[in-house]
Amino acid sequence: MMNRWHVVKRLLPLLAMMSLLLSACGREDLSTLNPQGPVAEQQFGLMKLSISIMVLVVVIVFAIAIYVLIRFRRRPGDNKIPEQVEGNHKLEIIWTVIPLVLLVILGVPTIQTVFGLAKDYSNDENAIQIKVTAHQYWWEFEYPDFGVKTAQEMIIPANTTISIEAKSADVIHSFWIPALAGKIDTNPGGNVNRMFFEANKPGVYYGKCAELCGPSHAYMDFKVKAVDEASFKRWVTAMKAPAQLPADPAIAEKFVNECLTCHAIGDKGGTLYPNLTGMGDRVSVAGFLMNTDDPLYKNEGSVYDNLKRWITDPQEVKPGNHMPKVKLTEQEIDAISKYLSEQKLDY
Amino acid sequence: MSAHSHVDGQLPHEPEKATLEGRNKVLGFWLFLGGETVLFGTLFAAYLALRNQVGDGNPTSQELFDLVLVGVATFILLTSSLTSVFAIQAMHKNQVKSMLIWLAVTVLLGLGFLGLEIYEFVHYVHEGHGFTTSAFSSSFYTLVGFHGGHVAFGVIWITILIFQVLKKGLNVVTAPKIYVAGMYWHFIDVVWVFIFTVVYLMGKVG
Amino acid sequence: MAHGHTVKRYSGLMDWLTTVDHKKIGILYLIAGGFFFLVGGLEAILIRLQLWKPLNDFVSPDTYNELLTMHGTTMIFLAAMPLLFALMNAIVPLQIGARDVAFPFVNALGFWTFFFGGVLLNVSWFAGGAPDAGWTSYVPLATNTYSQNHGVDFYVLGLQIAGIGTLVGGINFLVTIINMRAPGMSFMRMPMFTWTAFITSALILFAFPALTVGLVALMFDRLFSANFFEVSNGGNAVLWEHIFWIFGHPEVYILILPAFGIISEVISTFSRKRLFGYSSMVFATVLIGFLGFMVWAHHMFTAGLGPIANALFSIATMLIAVPTGIKIFNWLFTMWGGSIRFTTANLFAIGFVPTFVMGGVTGVMLAAAPADFQYHDSYFVVAHFHYVIVGGLVLGIFSGLHYWWPKMFGRMLSEGLGKLTFWTFYIGFHMTFFLQHFLGLLGMPRRVYTYQDGLDFNLMNLISTIGAILMGIGTIFFLINIVVTSVKPKNAPADPWEDGRTLEWAIPSPAPEYNFLQTPLVRGYDALWKEKMDGNKGMTPAEPIGPIHMPSPSILPFVMSVGLFITGFGLMYSKYIIAGAGLLITFACMFLRSIFDDHGFHIEPEELKDKGVKA
Repeated sequence: MMNRWHVVKRLLPLLAMMSLLLSACGREDLSTLNPQGPVAEQQFGLMKLSISIMVLVVVIVFAIAIYVLIRFRRRPGDNKIPEQVEGNHKLEIIWTVIPLVLLVILGVPTIQTVFGLAKDYSNDENAIQIKVTAHQYWWEFEYPDFGVKTAQEMIIPANTTISIEAKSADVIHSFWIPALAGKIDTNPGGNVNRMFFEANKPGVYYGKCAELCGPSHAYMDFKVKAVDEASFKRWVTAMKAPAQLPADPAIAEKFVNECLTCHAIGDKGGTLYPNLTGMGDRVSVAGFLMNTDDPLYKNEGSVYDNLKRWITDPQEVKPGNHMPKVKLTEQEIDAISKYLSEQKLDY
Repeated sequence: MSAHSHVDGQLPHEPEKATLEGRNKVLGFWLFLGGETVLFGTLFAAYLALRNQVGDGNPTSQELFDLVLVGVATFILLTSSLTSVFAIQAMHKNQVKSMLIWLAVTVLLGLGFLGLEIYEFVHYVHEGHGFTTSAFSSSFYTLVGFHGGHVAFGVIWITILIFQVLKKGLNVVTAPKIYVAGMYWHFIDVVWVFIFTVVYLMGKVG
Repeated sequence: MAHGHTVKRYSGLMDWLTTVDHKKIGILYLIAGGFFFLVGGLEAILIRLQLWKPLNDFVSPDTYNELLTMHGTTMIFLAAMPLLFALMNAIVPLQIGARDVAFPFVNALGFWTFFFGGVLLNVSWFAGGAPDAGWTSYVPLATNTYSQNHGVDFYVLGLQIAGIGTLVGGINFLVTIINMRAPGMSFMRMPMFTWTAFITSALILFAFPALTVGLVALMFDRLFSANFFEVSNGGNAVLWEHIFWIFGHPEVYILILPAFGIISEVISTFSRKRLFGYSSMVFATVLIGFLGFMVWAHHMFTAGLGPIANALFSIATMLIAVPTGIKIFNWLFTMWGGSIRFTTANLFAIGFVPTFVMGGVTGVMLAAAPADFQYHDSYFVVAHFHYVIVGGLVLGIFSGLHYWWPKMFGRMLSEGLGKLTFWTFYIGFHMTFFLQHFLGLLGMPRRVYTYQDGLDFNLMNLISTIGAILMGIGTIFFLINIVVTSVKPKNAPADPWEDGRTLEWAIPSPAPEYNFLQTPLVRGYDALWKEKMDGNKGMTPAEPIGPIHMPSPSILPFVMSVGLFITGFGLMYSKYIIAGAGLLITFACMFLRSIFDDHGFHIEPEELKDKGVKA
């Protein structure tokens, strides 16, 4: 224990090197090595500490191994019997005690962080409360304090603590935003889990489902969109504004009868399935079809194209999801896709 | 080494441990019971985790359990453990007839226990406490039923052993079998003591 | 004393179906485990082919989930464990100077139940769909609300039947090692492989019954509408996670400990040096086995157990690094000052050490619960456990197979092909899994059917796929080696490596049916080495030559397992008459086994002398 700080001091240069090496690794919106909020930063700090210690161990073992293999290889014609050593108490104590010291160095901050990250913000007035409900294969985000419910895209104010209450409506999923915070499982049956996180600056962050939940597990992405405080307030207001139905009454009727039985838009419709308010300026359709005006990859397209692709055959995009092929003509699909792609919120 | 042709009266004091095969069997069975302990331990853990999940309108453990009936069953099973001890003692004294009688008594007591348990289960089902009623009922029937299944297996096993001894006599091959069957019987008795405490007494108290 | 019982001795196929000889059972385990290893490996290659590029549609998402489930289940239960059992069966009785195992009949039963359990599990591919809820089979995904075909039923029943085999096999080894050691073979003189086999068997004994209960509960839920995990009726999904991992974590040590044993034997032999720190090695093995039961919840850090549980399980998990570190340094210092010979077996063993260290350090990283929130269920975890299981266990098995092949078959594997196997497999392995650490850290979850383009995942996945194919090629080299070797003459000497230290090298290769003509007298650790150093030609016998008692072969273990196989089918399709008939077959066999005593037979001294001359 006496030389614990000594060991830490020796670790410092290694730590600094690791930090340089690892940060700037990976995308800002996805990588755990490029944290964008205090929770992910704390976790990354612990990762750096453990990686540094472990690299040290690996280097020592490799060095001894390489030395031994070269120095003590059997040369041709060498037939001597080496000395049969039973062991060496001093050495054995050294390689018992040093790992123990290293574990103390890692264990203390681990426990501190465990309890630090278990802090409960559910009654904190300055935190935004969000109830996350995972479904096969989409995410529902409810803001009880604002009376707002949305899906697939969590809008949050930057630099504010977000307090999450997570559960599942069906099987176990896991709620993960690599760049902002580690994951928490969503359990079924009222077994609610809590976590919190914060984004340092506005931006869009990838969210993933991390627990195998069925055939479309890989497609169960979501986004966290951090905006500034004022935008967030405008977004809440916009979410609650009354919805404008499609101008063409025939399409409007189809939309109400075929879509709003399950989905909601603004103040209209059912709440069982993903809310469609503001589809037009979402980052993705169905979590996985990325909206962009200059598509590069198979899963990219304009909002309109993506909506059309999704409505035409939801099972092609996300096998096993609950959305059926709705009985709509191609014209009707076009019209509804167009209408939805124009639903933009002002925030 | 030879595993047969012992005349009664020449048996060693502890015939179950006279041969390497016998010693292996006894040790192996001890270890098997160690595994069984984990098995029942896990069943108990599952039961404890689920025992309050009764569901709306279903009978609770306080309403269901009748300690008098269970008390009688417990008494019967504990007595059968004692009679199996008598059987092993008789075996060690090489009193084959007495051993067989005590084994038969043990079997009968085991049957009596099973009869009461079946009666109890039928009664519960009539009260609306079926296997699929709730998580509580599923874990209850699984735990108690696993024990009951062990008793039934023991009854059949000891019965077969009685007939074997009648046919082959008591020797260094049959003695270890009877000895491990006795161990088994004690084990399921101990498990029952835990069931009585954890399931019935705690269930009654709440 | 010796009656001339004329026990029917079978030949050909019937010999293999009825054998109770631990060496033949070891070979059966090797064949069956090797077959399932190839099946699981094929599944792995298909997984990697699906992932070689983003948004690939080589297999469907449903098939992908079946593949990942069956790959994990097959590799753990039907490949890794049986291959270890193969080596344990073939070698442990020889290492302790025993003529046989304690329960030859039960040993055969253990093999056949494992085999039919594995067959049942794999029949699912042809019977409407394989299990698809992951090898961990988390509920509710694995309940019939969300997994409606029979896949998970096959998982539950197949593993249940295979599990019986493993459990009785474990008891057999425990009793064998406790009761059947040769005179002088005290516990602290036992070879390291025997020690690890011993501790592994103890872990099997105390871990598998938990799995049995979990599988029973899941089976009752699926087949008889019980409510253990049915949330709407008060069931609890996290309960399954607890039960599964209370079994599942010790299972990891069940797998790795025998590999530690193999490495200890091989490194010591080919360094021509006594194992450094033998008693601390034994102590470390026991400690790892013990701690293995205290750390299951580190698989559940994100399940929401709360900070106290997470902190305790973090620290307990980190502690395992200490005994593991002791082992690593003991291996390094066994080689220190030695005279190291680079045979294929030793290449695998030497390759094991750094690889396993890498798997071990990522294990300690994963133990830090808050950081695990990031690693959990990402490719980082996939990389970690493949480093431990492939880089540890599979390299250990390859090492052991090359090392003991002459003792099992009387023929030396080709060293040239062996080295080719090693380098292809080893390079392929690191190519496949090293980059997966970074895939996980960069945000790729595990068990994903595909991934988006443009997320920087493409190149690493491509390299990983190429590595997997290289591993496949390495395995094919090994198969070629087996075929090439099998046509060579059976001329391996008793001590083919010339530096053999333990008792198995004191008897002819392959070991005769009765193992030891005369039970040896053990005078110290590394029993044979001690005799060599004292200038003796072989072991001092502890008994005169006499008739050797052997157990009779029996078809009953095979038939019993067929009965269980039929029961499994009957239960699955709710044909209770068939299920009952299957159980009846099994119980009838037990009844027959109980009432008809097995007198065995004797091999007479004259017979032995003839053979002795030949050997």
